[in-house]
Amino acid sequence: MTAAPRARNEGPDEKGGSGALALNGVTRRFGVFTAVDNVSFEVGPGELLALVGASGSGKTTTLRMAAGYETPDAGTVTLGGKDITSVPPERRGFGMVFQHYALFPHMPVENNVAFGLEARGVSKTERLEKARAALANVGLEGAGSRPIQSLSGGEQQRVALARALVIEPRALLLDEPLSNLDPTLRHAMRDDLRALLRRVGVPALFVTHDQEDAFAVADRIALLKKGKLLQVGTPEELYNAPISREVAAFIGRGRIVPAIDKGNTATVTIGGVARDLNVTRPKGAPSHVETAFVVLRPDALELSRSPGVLAWRGRITNRRFAGGLIVYRVQLADGVSVDVESQSGEAREDDNVSVSPLKGPFPLVPA
Amino acid sequence: MKASSRRQSWLIALPVIVLLLWTVVYPNAAVIAGSFENGLGHWREFAASPADREALWTSLVISVASVFASLAIGVPLAFLLGRFEFPGRRLLRAVATLPAALPPLVGVIAFLFLYGESGLVTRVVQRVLGMAEAPWRLKGVGAIVFVHAYTMYVYVFLFVSAGLERFDATLDEAASGLGANTWQRLRRVTLPLLMPAVAGSALLVFMNALGSFSAPYVFGGGLRVLSTQILASKTNGAMGLAYVETTVLALSAVAGLVLFRWLDRKRRYTLASKGGRSRRTIGSRRIQILTTVASAVIVVALVLPHLMVILVSFARDGAWTTQVLPPEYTFENYRRLFSESELWKPITNSVSMALIATAANLVVCFIAGYLIVLRKFGGRGLLELLVALPWAIPATAIALGLAATFNRNDLLTGRVLLVGTFWILPLAYFIRDIPLVASAVESSLRQMDASLEDAARGLGASWMMTMRRVILPAARPGLVAGGLLAAVTAVGEFVASVVLYTHSNRPISMEILAQLRALAFGTAAAYSVLLIFLVLLMTLAARSFEERLA
Repeated sequence: MTAAPRARNEGPDEKGGSGALALNGVTRRFGVFTAVDNVSFEVGPGELLALVGASGSGKTTTLRMAAGYETPDAGTVTLGGKDITSVPPERRGFGMVFQHYALFPHMPVENNVAFGLEARGVSKTERLEKARAALANVGLEGAGSRPIQSLSGGEQQRVALARALVIEPRALLLDEPLSNLDPTLRHAMRDDLRALLRRVGVPALFVTHDQEDAFAVADRIALLKKGKLLQVGTPEELYNAPISREVAAFIGRGRIVPAIDKGNTATVTIGGVARDLNVTRPKGAPSHVETAFVVLRPDALELSRSPGVLAWRGRITNRRFAGGLIVYRVQLADGVSVDVESQSGEAREDDNVSVSPLKGPFPLVPA
Repeated sequence: MKASSRRQSWLIALPVIVLLLWTVVYPNAAVIAGSFENGLGHWREFAASPADREALWTSLVISVASVFASLAIGVPLAFLLGRFEFPGRRLLRAVATLPAALPPLVGVIAFLFLYGESGLVTRVVQRVLGMAEAPWRLKGVGAIVFVHAYTMYVYVFLFVSAGLERFDATLDEAASGLGANTWQRLRRVTLPLLMPAVAGSALLVFMNALGSFSAPYVFGGGLRVLSTQILASKTNGAMGLAYVETTVLALSAVAGLVLFRWLDRKRRYTLASKGGRSRRTIGSRRIQILTTVASAVIVVALVLPHLMVILVSFARDGAWTTQVLPPEYTFENYRRLFSESELWKPITNSVSMALIATAANLVVCFIAGYLIVLRKFGGRGLLELLVALPWAIPATAIALGLAATFNRNDLLTGRVLLVGTFWILPLAYFIRDIPLVASAVESSLRQMDASLEDAARGLGASWMMTMRRVILPAARPGLVAGGLLAAVTAVGEFVASVVLYTHSNRPISMEILAQLRALAFGTAAAYSVLLIFLVLLMTLAARSFEERLA
């Protein structure tokens, strides 16, 4: 259990000394509905873990259990090995950034930031001084006396972040920190957020429905679906070696087609043309699966305007300029359509083309 | 905006503005002018009169005490019902707004039957304690504040409940995540955010208590308050002094309004509604039982006045003297109400005057609301002020203004003789209810997409067709709700009536008072029950009308 509220963040080694935040088989039911089902993962000090999933996947409930706003029906939450499952939020000493920021509308910026210190009985001068320093830290120096309503969305987000950081939290929890920002700001904030969280050096857990945000910010990703944890791993692991068809489908970027597993290769047949592709398997997967699928990524395919005997034949239905390259959507036989990246932009819509796989390797996933 | 459209706005607005200037502004200006009719003479008279100084002081004390008493009941009750789950919660919630359904005078006489010297509760306590005399007297400031607290806490309860419902639960969570304990969260987050609701309802209570007439009139004893003092001066023919007293009363109300606005000046935020917090079940078994018992007691206290009035309405007049409960019961009171034309007259009077006033309210306030919400023209600010004005003026002051203005035919000064005729009371009711109906219409129209009117015109609809097919349907919920409130208030109106009524147009409230004075408690109670029944009937009619159209 934690000590008295005021002594909260004084551990054996003060900064980032909280240890790893771990959820061990947590389950949360609402009536007959199981929102989170036996989920386990660990976030180390200084590590950034993204909880990713569609809406209703249980990611926010998982975050709220980590924060103490929900109590798991089964399983435990530990910090540095200590069980904190039944410690209420006000005694956990975590910094939380809410989706809509939850800034107190009746207080100016600096009082919002200083609120956590006020709750800890820090004197007025000291807490305001610290609040201003925290604001400067997120690039909002001098904004302390402004009313919350005068801030833009991005500024509000940074105030919420400063408010969570100023209490020197033992862990940081962020609920959709980027989802309310416009695209330009969002990209800039991704980098800022990552740099800032690294500096703080405590376990950081953030929830997002956007896999791009997760890929850009997180060290590791935990993918949730319908309350169940599908896979935890680095962005590369999830991209290159998805553990299941569901994971591959969520990561997107590519068509998932049925294949016949042949060990190091797999055969994909489209329109009667069979091709053997080099495949990778997820760690710990069996060396042979009965129903296998292969992910055809746009960068692993090649477009050609000359008809090849061993190529899949098709027609271009869509041509899209994506920076340095062109992405073609090609309608192949058997109702399969694939995206293909190409350096050359010569092909046009309605052109007949052939598509062939490159060297790979292609991710192989079980059903 | 095109010039022709602006001209059209003014054309529609002008009759309404003239009507409001004539019926709302002119009478009150006449009162102020009247107070200076011999220079500062009447004002010196007022300042020198110990009775008037006492009245002003007592009025203010009663109003402030009523505010605190209403807050003390309304705020905890809103928290209890909004934040906690306990056995009996639904019943308590159902009866919590019941006092608001009592017409002002009926609430007062119910309290008389319960807590008066010969009231039920008083007698029971006296018997149980074996006392020779009544344990208390329902008289003076305490009695008035007691009745006010019972009828007016409902404003506080409703405002604070609504505030709690709109309260963004994540703010509370954010505060607890930052380490704030329950008390710190309440003090620094929840209460400050509820301040607008608290201040708004406190202002309503203050204004109501300041203008309140029935409680001081019945329970005052020798106590003087401004509203009763005004009637006394008028009855004594000291009109000049009555004008001064009326001006002072109206100024006190305006001062209260300004003060509350000033206290609430810093608010620049609105409470977003992102789903309220779920209610917490009370954990401790002991506290749960305590809460349930307490809520049962509250329920009884809230329902008792209604039950008592119903019970007494069956009591034979003159038979209830020293007994705890009336000894003889009869249907005679009701039979007489319906069969004797002298007793039936007040009922038809009240109903017809309420309907006339409400009809006028609907027409005038619909036009005013339309102009205020959907038209941009120079007179909008003036119109907004005019429809809100009667709210800031206590009813006694409105009534005295009418008495001072419409007391003779003089076309040059815009005076028409209405005092002593049937029409003076419908006019008073109409004026009192303007702010109520107008704000209901405005809020309905504000929910309408302003481009709908343009869309209709763009599709080739004439102005009349646009009004009939687009604007009127959009305003309908406000018209129904506002009209219902206006009719309900008018049918039981007492404060303005007592200043302006004559024998031929006496409303139910005046008849209740007359029967009470004649110690015909049964008949007075029967009228009260009838009044409650009329209110119920109108509510049901409005609801079925709204359902049929919606």
